[in-house]
Amino acid sequence: MNFDTLLISLAGVLTAAAPILIAVIGETISERAGVINLSMNGTILLAAMGGFAAAFFTQNIVLGFLAGMLIGALVSLVVAFASITLKQSQVAVGFILALLCRDLSYFLGNPIMGETAPRLSSSPIPFLSSIPILGPLFFKQDVMTYLSFILVGAAWVFIFRTRPGLMLQGIGERPAAAFVRGANVNRLRYFYTILGGALIGLAGPIYSLSVKAGWKGTISGLDGLGWIALSITIFGGWNPIRAAFGAYLFALLQWLGLVLQPLLPGLPSQVLQVAPFPLMILTLLFVNIGNAEWVEHTLAGMPEPTRRAFTRILRAMRATPPAALGVPFEAE
Amino acid sequence: MIPAGTIQGVLGENGAGKSTLMKILSGFFFADSGEVVLDGKPVIIHSPADAIKHGIGMLHQDPLDFPPLRLIDNFILGCEGGLFPDRKAAERDFRQLAEKFDFSLDPESYVDTLTVGERQQLEILRLLWLGARVLILDEPTTGISLPQKEKLFATLKILASQGMTIIFVSHKLEDVEALCSSAAVLRQGKLIGVTTPPFDTKKLVEMMFGKVVTFGGRTSTKPGKSILRLTKISLEDARLQIKDVSIDVRAGEVIGLAGMEGSGQAIFLESCAGLTRPVNGKVGIGEHDLTGATHHAFKKQGVAYLPAARLEQGLVPGLSLTDHFVLSEKMKGVFINREQAVKLADERIKFYNIKGTPVSPVESLSGGNQQRALLATLRTPLNLILVEHPTRGLDIESTMYIWSKLKERCGQGTAIVFISADLDEVLQYSDRVVVFFAGRVSLPLNAEKLSVEKLGRLIGGKSWENFEQEAANA
Amino acid sequence: MRNSRWFNLIIQVSAVVMALLFTTLVLIATKAPPFEAYKNIIIGSIGSWGKFSDVLITWVPLLLVTAGLLITFTTGLWNIGIEGQITLGAIFTTWMMRSLLDSGWNPALIITLSILAGMLGGALWAALVGALKTFGGVNEIFGGLGLNFVATALNIWLIFGPWKRPGVASMSGTVPFPDTLWLPMIQGSRLSLYAVAMAVVAIVVVYFMLQGTYFGLRLKAVGKNTNAAFLLGIPTWQYSMISFALCGVFAGLAGAVQVTTVYHRLIPSISSGYGFMGLMVAMLINYQALWAAPVALFFAALNIGSIQLPVVLKMDSTLAGVLQGTLVLFVLLADGVRQKLIKKA
Repeated sequence: MNFDTLLISLAGVLTAAAPILIAVIGETISERAGVINLSMNGTILLAAMGGFAAAFFTQNIVLGFLAGMLIGALVSLVVAFASITLKQSQVAVGFILALLCRDLSYFLGNPIMGETAPRLSSSPIPFLSSIPILGPLFFKQDVMTYLSFILVGAAWVFIFRTRPGLMLQGIGERPAAAFVRGANVNRLRYFYTILGGALIGLAGPIYSLSVKAGWKGTISGLDGLGWIALSITIFGGWNPIRAAFGAYLFALLQWLGLVLQPLLPGLPSQVLQVAPFPLMILTLLFVNIGNAEWVEHTLAGMPEPTRRAFTRILRAMRATPPAALGVPFEAE
Repeated sequence: MIPAGTIQGVLGENGAGKSTLMKILSGFFFADSGEVVLDGKPVIIHSPADAIKHGIGMLHQDPLDFPPLRLIDNFILGCEGGLFPDRKAAERDFRQLAEKFDFSLDPESYVDTLTVGERQQLEILRLLWLGARVLILDEPTTGISLPQKEKLFATLKILASQGMTIIFVSHKLEDVEALCSSAAVLRQGKLIGVTTPPFDTKKLVEMMFGKVVTFGGRTSTKPGKSILRLTKISLEDARLQIKDVSIDVRAGEVIGLAGMEGSGQAIFLESCAGLTRPVNGKVGIGEHDLTGATHHAFKKQGVAYLPAARLEQGLVPGLSLTDHFVLSEKMKGVFINREQAVKLADERIKFYNIKGTPVSPVESLSGGNQQRALLATLRTPLNLILVEHPTRGLDIESTMYIWSKLKERCGQGTAIVFISADLDEVLQYSDRVVVFFAGRVSLPLNAEKLSVEKLGRLIGGKSWENFEQEAANA
Repeated sequence: MRNSRWFNLIIQVSAVVMALLFTTLVLIATKAPPFEAYKNIIIGSIGSWGKFSDVLITWVPLLLVTAGLLITFTTGLWNIGIEGQITLGAIFTTWMMRSLLDSGWNPALIITLSILAGMLGGALWAALVGALKTFGGVNEIFGGLGLNFVATALNIWLIFGPWKRPGVASMSGTVPFPDTLWLPMIQGSRLSLYAVAMAVVAIVVVYFMLQGTYFGLRLKAVGKNTNAAFLLGIPTWQYSMISFALCGVFAGLAGAVQVTTVYHRLIPSISSGYGFMGLMVAMLINYQALWAAPVALFFAALNIGSIQLPVVLKMDSTLAGVLQGTLVLFVLLADGVRQKLIKKA
């Protein structure tokens, strides 16, 4: 393929990664606050269907996206309510919703299968899109892809550089300390879970109105994306920039899978398709190995200088989740 | 009644009520009655954040900070302001304050690399920055080094001279005596008295611990062969270090570990059980060297460990008394023999006088009965029983009953090592006492010849010359 | 509360009612006749012997999986990796069968060995999740999730690669096994009484294991308070591993059943979502083995009963999933409300 085609393909990779990236940032925010939203797979499907339906019935694409966000927010509201107020297991509620929302999306979406709705079109930025190489890559995208670019930076700045962002980190790490500093921990957790959910929900219509336009029920090919997004969140270490790296890596691998398939018939396409998962497991292994009991036990048995050296190494490797992730908070 | 510009010491043993009082002042609890008066005006404090608005800042024993964040982030977090904190200004303020007190803290470093002393320094700076005029410090000298302590005291003295009111809560007599302009002593929730310098240690100890209640004759078993032998072990955890401790515990002996919570007894006891691995030295049970072995290897040699947090660590909520006893024994067969199980449960319930039925879930029992249930999981016979706070939450009668059962075992050759915050219990039931203070371990002292006053001093950190293990080993 | 039995019952019944209400609302939202839908589901599941035997065919792997999950739940573990374990069981079964295909051995022996292989495959895959957790500190939810996808990929690779049909590889799976290697079935249906027997035995075994053995009691202790269990002398990490492996055995057995009785070959979606459905059943029965069989049967009936909905009423068959999910969700929420009300009292 020639260079221009390559550029267009890579631009396509950026477009394809946009919804996953937005969903991952949403989940990162939610988990930073201490709430894990396992319903991602179901939420994305339901939001994709709902957004498509809204756009179809109103023929207004903006309403489609808004509908997706609303659905995401509602589902995450259930997660928040069950886990923050009712103190039930976040894993249980999220998992149930993942399955329920998926089936709901297929069921409710049945009547509108195969219909056409307004599609998101490309909005090249004048002047910037003429820059060689960077132009076609970054500035000939659609609005949502631009949004994904902005969101990565905005999320990073918010979490790490703003006052409320610091507090967000605080309520996820050590809610007791955040409480002492004036935070209404549970109210903030509700807020961030719902905000995260809205972003996750936004990813849905980006698929059904743009990347994989249309609603085709079970063969939409969207099932499983939520689980992948969840894995990328972990891989991203609760950092929007690293998460973006993960999302783009995933989209790239998918694209490579398609491209290399005819060239390397011996290589199973599945290898690249499932690559995010072994990557995630390996990442988890790498960053968690310091926690394993046998490691601690072995460490204690080492002579002092060796022990200190190893402890330092393990500490550098560690990318622990927010310490209070999944733990309900109760002000004494 | 605390005047501005002074350092008020608050003394008391565990459970005396110091923490509760401070929590009320700093906004965690509401007082049931009475009032807090600030600057002559009564105030109601709704929350910790509210407290700091009134100028009351509390430094917790484990500072409430955020380990994975940087110092400067910890510093800024929670203060009011716009969307983007002015980091430059904050950093400037931070460095100025740090310099004033000669703290060497790097705002860009991460809190989880700091020592406890440094984390304290950070928190003090933060509270000052937020405008605290009353500073409450809860056991601040637990787990910090001597130079850090000296720095802290210098800091506090400077602050006091600038008009700040400081409340210094501690159990360490020496610290209070050296630092405070007045010492209030709490015991069992009441204010016993307030004294001013020059301090009389004997009087302070008396106020803190009260008079000894004699239980009548002490029983002592003649010690037999060596059961537990620790040879120059060193232990380390996040807060303290214990170096080069040796002890030989013999069959039938009772060793009491005394000291304020967090002085090292807990980790010491754990190392006797194989729950913590010493970084140096040897642990032997009987003739076997079990250094570095798992807890279950220790159990095989007849060692049992009972933790202090009954429901969180020792018992299984949701399971019944019978379940627990069945689990604690090596039952034969695959299927649960219900008859045998109930019989076992009935026996144990009767023996330990537990107010419950074989099918009662343990979480439904009262605290005292949970303690008995925990004790009831001990097998017979055992070589060594290690127990944290055996009679916490029990009344006098129950305490005596439990100890009579434990002493019976001593008669059969079991050695017992126990932790207790109750000096009476320690003196009454131990043959020898080991005192812990900030990681320092005393030589085993003969309990018969130990007075309450002496014990209290040691627990408070005084009169350690000649008693310390390290000194003896040096 | 004094009337706690009554109270609990009311809460649970109201959960079911709310679930039904919600689903009915969903139906109305799609302009579908609710009662027609429910009627069809009922007819579709027990309306004829053929339909009911289909229900039983679905019931078997679901019950097997649920039985296994009860073990891991008792140990306090979230075995989300169950889907992958079913798949690996199916893969191992297929592999063994293919290997012995031309061996000339007694078919009963071949089938038995293949089923055992399946159990081994599931156990190994589950043990992998356990090892990642115990030795690597990897949360079993993400480990299991990741391995699910790896298992699916492995499955598809085998079907389109080394084990593909001669000529063109097909989505309909590997070459079907000759009918001598099919688990004997009832005349005229695809239901095998052997499979039903295995499922029933499985749940009975699990019931007695968890209720009546010392091993089960120890598992419970590990699940409810690992720390205390350890102090009481239970080797906690070993028990976690055993728990995973046992669940894997049942999952593998489910996969083996799918291959030997239902499909007679390996197909891309061999696990058919039974794993996740099993998790839902286990949650719904509050991890009590007594109710596993009836509730699993109910779920199976819902699944089969809604198959013809697309044909008869032009609605999607995922209505079954909606009903199931809503039920579990509302029961979970109701339980939370109940606990909150009790605390207030």
